[in-house]
Order: sequence, then structure tokens, then C-alpha cells
Amino acid sequence: MYRSAIYDEPLLIELGDKCKDKPIDVLPLSLQRKEKVNIPDLDETQIIRHFLRLSQMNYGIESGMYPLGSCTMKYNPKICEEISRWDSFAMTHPCQDESTIQGNLQILYELEQMFCEITGMHSFTLQPAAGAQGEFTGLLLTKTYHDFNKDFDRNEIILPDTSHGTNPASATMAGYKITEIPSTKEGTVDLEILEKTLSDKTACFMLTNPNTLGIFESDILKISKMVHDAGALLYYDGANINAIMGKARPGDMGFDIVHLNLHKTFSTPHGGGGPGAGPIGVKKKLERFLPIPRIVKKNNKYHFNYEYHESIGKIKAFYGNFSVMLKAYIYILLMGNNGLKETSEIAVLNSNYMKKKIVDSKKYEMPYRDLRKHEFVISCEGLRQKKGIRALDVAKRLLDYGLHPPTIYFPLIVKEALMIEPTESESKRSLDKYIETLIKIADENKDVVKNAPNNTSVKRVDEAGAIKNPILTWKSLQRYK
Amino acid sequence: MKFIPNSAIKNSMLKEIGITDINDLFSDIPKQIRIKNLNLQNGLSQQEVEEWLRKLGKKNKSFCEMPNFLGGGIKPHYIPAAVKSIISRSEFYTAYTPYQPEASQGFLQAMFEYQSMIAEITDMDIANASVYDGVTALGESALMCTRINKRKTFVIPKNISWDKRCVLKNYTKGVGIKVKEIAYDRKTGKIDLDDLKKNIDDDTAGVYVENPNFFGVFEDDVEAISTIIKEKQSVFVVGIDPISLGIAKGPGEYGADIVIGEGRGLGGPVDFGGSTLGIFACRNKFLRQIPGRIIGVTKDKEGKRAFCMTLQTREQHIRRGRATSNICTNEGLCALTAVAYLSWLGSKGLEQLSKTNFEKGQQLAKKITSIDGFEKVFSGVHFNEFVIKYPNAHKLNKKLLSVNIHGGLILDSLYPELKNCMLFGITEMHNNESIEKLVSVLKEGK
Repeated sequence: MYRSAIYDEPLLIELGDKCKDKPIDVLPLSLQRKEKVNIPDLDETQIIRHFLRLSQMNYGIESGMYPLGSCTMKYNPKICEEISRWDSFAMTHPCQDESTIQGNLQILYELEQMFCEITGMHSFTLQPAAGAQGEFTGLLLTKTYHDFNKDFDRNEIILPDTSHGTNPASATMAGYKITEIPSTKEGTVDLEILEKTLSDKTACFMLTNPNTLGIFESDILKISKMVHDAGALLYYDGANINAIMGKARPGDMGFDIVHLNLHKTFSTPHGGGGPGAGPIGVKKKLERFLPIPRIVKKNNKYHFNYEYHESIGKIKAFYGNFSVMLKAYIYILLMGNNGLKETSEIAVLNSNYMKKKIVDSKKYEMPYRDLRKHEFVISCEGLRQKKGIRALDVAKRLLDYGLHPPTIYFPLIVKEALMIEPTESESKRSLDKYIETLIKIADENKDVVKNAPNNTSVKRVDEAGAIKNPILTWKSLQRYK
Repeated sequence: MKFIPNSAIKNSMLKEIGITDINDLFSDIPKQIRIKNLNLQNGLSQQEVEEWLRKLGKKNKSFCEMPNFLGGGIKPHYIPAAVKSIISRSEFYTAYTPYQPEASQGFLQAMFEYQSMIAEITDMDIANASVYDGVTALGESALMCTRINKRKTFVIPKNISWDKRCVLKNYTKGVGIKVKEIAYDRKTGKIDLDDLKKNIDDDTAGVYVENPNFFGVFEDDVEAISTIIKEKQSVFVVGIDPISLGIAKGPGEYGADIVIGEGRGLGGPVDFGGSTLGIFACRNKFLRQIPGRIIGVTKDKEGKRAFCMTLQTREQHIRRGRATSNICTNEGLCALTAVAYLSWLGSKGLEQLSKTNFEKGQQLAKKITSIDGFEKVFSGVHFNEFVIKYPNAHKLNKKLLSVNIHGGLILDSLYPELKNCMLFGITEMHNNESIEKLVSVLKEGK
């Protein structure tokens, strides 16, 4: 049985007292701090123990299987981490003279080329910090493109109801109205409804392919034609591209803009929520609008070029999260053509293997089409009706077995959804264990499942309580006490 | 393949689920768009990759081989081994966003401590668990201001970086916020208060002030600025360098409503400008309008203290198109780095670090301006960056490069009015040897 470390680890502020010494006078009075900052002065041993204990109360991909759907939690090769910390990269400044950063520029240039090949796009920018910022950038490009063509009335973005939450949020930030369209019984885009929804107001149709049910949109060429006939652009949310590398490319499907999540498909660690990188690729007609600077190669030297007068400008500090790009570059070199293709093949095999075994057990249902790509979505609705066990309960019970739960309650069109993405990193043994555990939980006593987890560092957490009475800092905790 | 365990047994797995060919798993992709291969070389061994990256690394000159005195908002700081050790715990760095609090108490508690420390150093009530960087934090703050008071103009001074102004435009144009730029005083480098008064009105959602600003100068009229902003009931946004806050007043003390900044200096490497850490803190009353993840304290079902993500109804995965921001992945590991670093420093260490940076900034400026032909452009009190004018800055930098020193950041392409001006930056990382070397070349002239 799994057991997480359990410590009653105090807060740092509970480990040491506030320093009451007067602050040193250095600055003119109007600028000078009046009290020292309230951070305890601890010794290194205390600090190391504090964070070591905290780390032991945390679950990462190296702790065990972590099949969060649409998150692609794959193994993060050690070599990528190690090289990215070398001084020759980590100790370079973004404003250095170009002659002193040729290595970095070459990496960025070649990485752009690699992404163009993997996605079938014409050119890439590496600047966006995460998938959501890639989307936002893509939509700014969309706006600039239509404005450039004097097509000023396109103020609407269409999305399927299976889309990631960032899609509509990014569209709103870019100033667009959103229209969500329902999926068919197959779990795919409804062509009739799409046709009716498209108009001369449509700026862009955003699509994930395979979609968040793990289903490949086989009508993609028809969709692409429809969208383009209406004068709109087609956007590819690349969160799920781990399913199709070396098999098909969004560029060939007709997508105009693509974002990639390097912290998903290209194995850079999630870091507990970042840093990530969300490069975007575009077709030739959009290249002129890409963020600056662009990286160009001339006479075997690499340069930053700011001379793109129709560019949208900048979207993030400097050139994006370089350390993340560096890791992705190393990963692609390690995998190469054969490795990336194998990645997608085995990711899809692992997913279909799990799906088949789970569906065959009849403990969970799987609505919509059978063949899935790298992820699949099962439902606990039967379990809820029979035993009152909900997706949340299954998720919490998985923790007792030392397994990280899947994404739950997403996509919204599946009731009591468990969205499972095993990735290519898992062995058959770990897939089998996960399957067995899911089946076992369905047969367990309701109270046991509802009371889970018990083997974690805390028992089930009262998330509603945190909202009712927000305590967000030491200050408010002390006030509250 | 090293990282794909099942590739060796794929055929037996296929058989087990009744499929004969792996390509059958891709039969739903239309034939016209199926491809057989990518035009990339096949995978290299780890040893080969390491050799190749060493070659590429040699095409760079890092701070270790070539000290640089570049300002521009990002500078190297010493990273204690303890901090590197903490963030190398793979339970932290290979975890996802902590959606399952019971399996993520360690990271959640660390993020709560991060928020707490940011609130302490900025003198704000609350902070979020990070945004992308100090630059996008400005964009997010402008959007937040209009959510707070429904006004549609955002005021920024010209003494902030070009990057920031450019990104701000992109963050604000979609929702129709007008950005107004106000002048800086050419003598002091500080905001021109009269121009601020002229440009602030009843439609001003918020005003941004950077302290120290892009030229390294402290805005010491912040009390007056605050009064002007408060008179119009606008939101006062302040940008900080966290390293300065060991000695400088937290913006909460002079009336800031939102505090933002670049926090990667807190224990992180310069990394060619990224990864980054966007600091975002504010007053309690604006809690519901803040973008990004927030960690709160609660209890588990047995009453034990526990941590979880909270107020998620502001966020995109719940509220979709009506979220306060589209941000999902943030800069979690950089925030962990910052909290490990700040705890390693403690209040005394942070104060000492601030003081060292301030004093080194003063000393270097003094040394440089004592050389004929070099003058300090702005009279305002500066922190660890400052602007120097020299008749032939470009040539000078070339000469410095030839002896493996990188001079200041030349500003004329971004600030045409600052022809031949260089933004110097210095921290505790610059030793006497490199300072003396710089000064001796400057003495020789271009």
C-alpha cells in the first residue's frame, strides 16, 4: 500500500521570529524602508529540511503515473535539465552583443525550423510563455491579418464545446465575441452547425485535433475548406499534438496558426505549473505579423531582426522562456524523426490499450466514438447512479494507491468525466496497475471511496472552506488567528 | 528508445487489444494528409547530444568568461547551492499545477509562503502565485484596473522599457484600453509630475510608475504621485525590483494598489532572458479581480491545516470566456526558486544584498563619471543601474568586447533622445577585478 510522507511542517514564519533590529540607513529618507522585511532569519539546515519535507509531501511524474488528460505528463529526461543549467547558456544575458550569443541564436533558429517541420507550418515564433499566451498571440495575429485585409467586421471566434478553457478566455482578452458550437453524437465537430455559424463576422475557428475526447476530427479537410471559404482562419490548439507527430501535420490539414506546449509534448518539466513555452507557427500569409525580433541566418551568422513593420510587436519579455526552449531542443535531438514518430505511436497505443481494458471491464462507460488517440474520456455516471460514487471520489481514491488521478470533469460534455492520457512514458506494468486499480475502486465499498484519500499527507481537503474565508498570506493567517 | 518502455513489446500489446498494425490506430486520419516521416535526422545518443551542445555553448560568451555590465531589467545574482538543491527535488519540478491538493501539499505550502513573502516585501495584502514575467504583469495590471473601475485609459511614463510599452499595447488593444504616455524629466530621469497632472482624468483606470525605473532612478516623489492618482480615484500600479526592497520602502507604504515586477533575480539565473517570474500583488479589496492562480489555507476533513488553489471561479478552466485572465500555466518553479532564495537570505540577508547592490551602483557611477568624457545623464538617486553618456558609445563597446568585457546597454535605438547613452547595471556578482578592468578601458577611451 502507498503511504505519502506526513509532516506537520510549520510555515517558515513559524520557524523563526521577526527581526526587530532597526533597518540600516542607506537611502534618502523618502525612499528608506522603516522596518526590516518580515522574513525570518533561519539557518541553512532548517531551510533545507523545511523544503525537503515539503517535497516529500508532493507528487511528481517521478513519483508515479500522472495521466492528466490534455496535460501530457511524460518523463522529463535528466540530460535536458543538466545541460540547460550549464553556465554557457544560463549565464548569458539577453542584451549581449550578437557575436557573443551565436550558440543561443543557433539553437533558437534551428528549433524554429524543427517545429516548422513537425507541424507543417511556414514560420515560428518562440516568444509566448505558455499555451494560453500562444493562443492570445495567435488571436492578435488573426486580428492584425483581417485588419490588414481591411476586413474590419470579423469580431467573432467559433469554438467547439469540447475546447480547452483557455481558448475562450484568450479570445475575450483579444477582444472577440465567442460562439460555442455543440459536438455531434460522435464527439466531433458538427459540420452542419459549423456551416450555419460561419459568416462574414467570423475571424477564426479554434480547434484541437485530436480533440479533448481524444478523437481525431476526420472531417478536418472539409472543416478547413468551410472555414476558409467563409474568409476565416483556422487555429490549431496544439495541446494534443503528442498524438500525431510523424503521422500527420496541422499545416497539411489546413490550419493557419498552431501553438505548441513545450512543457507537454516536448518533455520540459511542468515545474508545478510552469515555466512553460507556447511557440506558435503560422502559414506564409501571416508571417509578416509575427512578433519581433525574428531570428535570421545570414552568411552563417545568426541575427535578431526587428525590421518587420507589420509585426504585432512583442508579447513577452526578451525572447520567451529560453531555458524551456533549450530543453525542448535537446529533447528533439534525442528523439529525432524515428523517436518522435515512436512517441506518438506508443502514446496512442498506451491510450487505446487502457481504454479497451477499462471499457471491457464494464465498470465505466465511454461515450462517443471508439478509436481514440493519445487520450480518452470515460464516465463515472453509471457508478454515480448505482452507488453514489462520483468522478471526484474515484480521483481521490486513486491517490490512496499512489496513483495520480486523471483530469476530472472535463470535457464538459461528458458527465462525471475521467480524462486519461497515459503518454508513451509508462510501461505496460504501470498501465496494468492503473487499470486494475480503477476497476477495483469501482467495486469498493462506497464509504471507503467517499472517505478517500487516507494515505496522503492530508485527508480530503475542504476547498469550499478556502473560498468562504480567503487566507492567502501569513498576514491574513495571523489576523485570522 | 530509452524513454518509451513499450516500444519493445508493442506488437504483443496490439495483439492483446485485437489490432494487427500500429497504423490501424491512425486509420481515422484522412489518407491525403498522412505522412510517413518527418524531415528530421534520427535521434542522437545522449553522449552525442551532450557533445553537440558543448560545441554550441562555446559559441556563447557567458558572464563567467565575459563579465557584462548590462542593465535593462535583468541582471545576474549569486545563486546559493541550497536554492539549486531545493528546486532540483523532482517531486517539485516534475509536478503539474496542483489540481489535487492532497497529493500536492508541499508545493501548495511553498506557494502560500511565496505569496506571503511577496506581500511582505511589497507591503501589499495579497499576491498571486505568479504571472509570466514583469512585462506581461503590466498588461495584466492594466486589464485589472479597468475591471475595477470600468474606465478605459491607462497611463504609463516613458521611463519604462520599450518591451513593456510594446507588450502593454498588445494586452490592451483587444479590450479597447487607450494607453497614454507621460514624459520624464530630462534632468532627473523621474516622472514629470506636471505632465502626469495634465494627462490624468476621470477616465484614467490606472497609472503605472516604476521604482526604480528603467534608467535605474528611484521615483522619490511617490507620495505626491499617489496623491495625484488618488484624487482622480484611479488605481496606482507600481513596478518594483524585489532586490531593492531590502532597503527601499515597500510600495504599499506610499499608497500603491497593485504591485508588479520581474522576480527572476530572486535565485534564478539570467537564462538569456527567460525563464522569468511575474510578481503580482495587490490590496485585499481587489481580490476578486486578480488574475492567475492563488493558494489559500483551509482544513482537511479532520481539521488539519491544509492548502489548496482557491477562488478558482475567476479562472479560465471554470469561467472560460469571462475569466479574469487566460493564464493557466504560470511560472511555478520560478516562484519556488524565489521563496527558497528569500528564506535563505532572511530579512538581514535581503537587506545586505540590497545595500551591496545600491552601494556598488553608486561606486561604479562615481568611478565612471570621474573619467573625462563620461557623464551621468540623470541626477535622481539610482539603485544598481544608471545611464552614462559618452561621445562614442558604440565604438567603446566594441573595444570592451575585444578585451572580454561587455559594456552597458546602448539606448539610442529605443530612446532616440538618448543618443550615445549607455545603461550600466551592476550587482554583487561583479568583482573588483572586472570593475577595474572596465574602468581602465574606459580611461583609455574608445
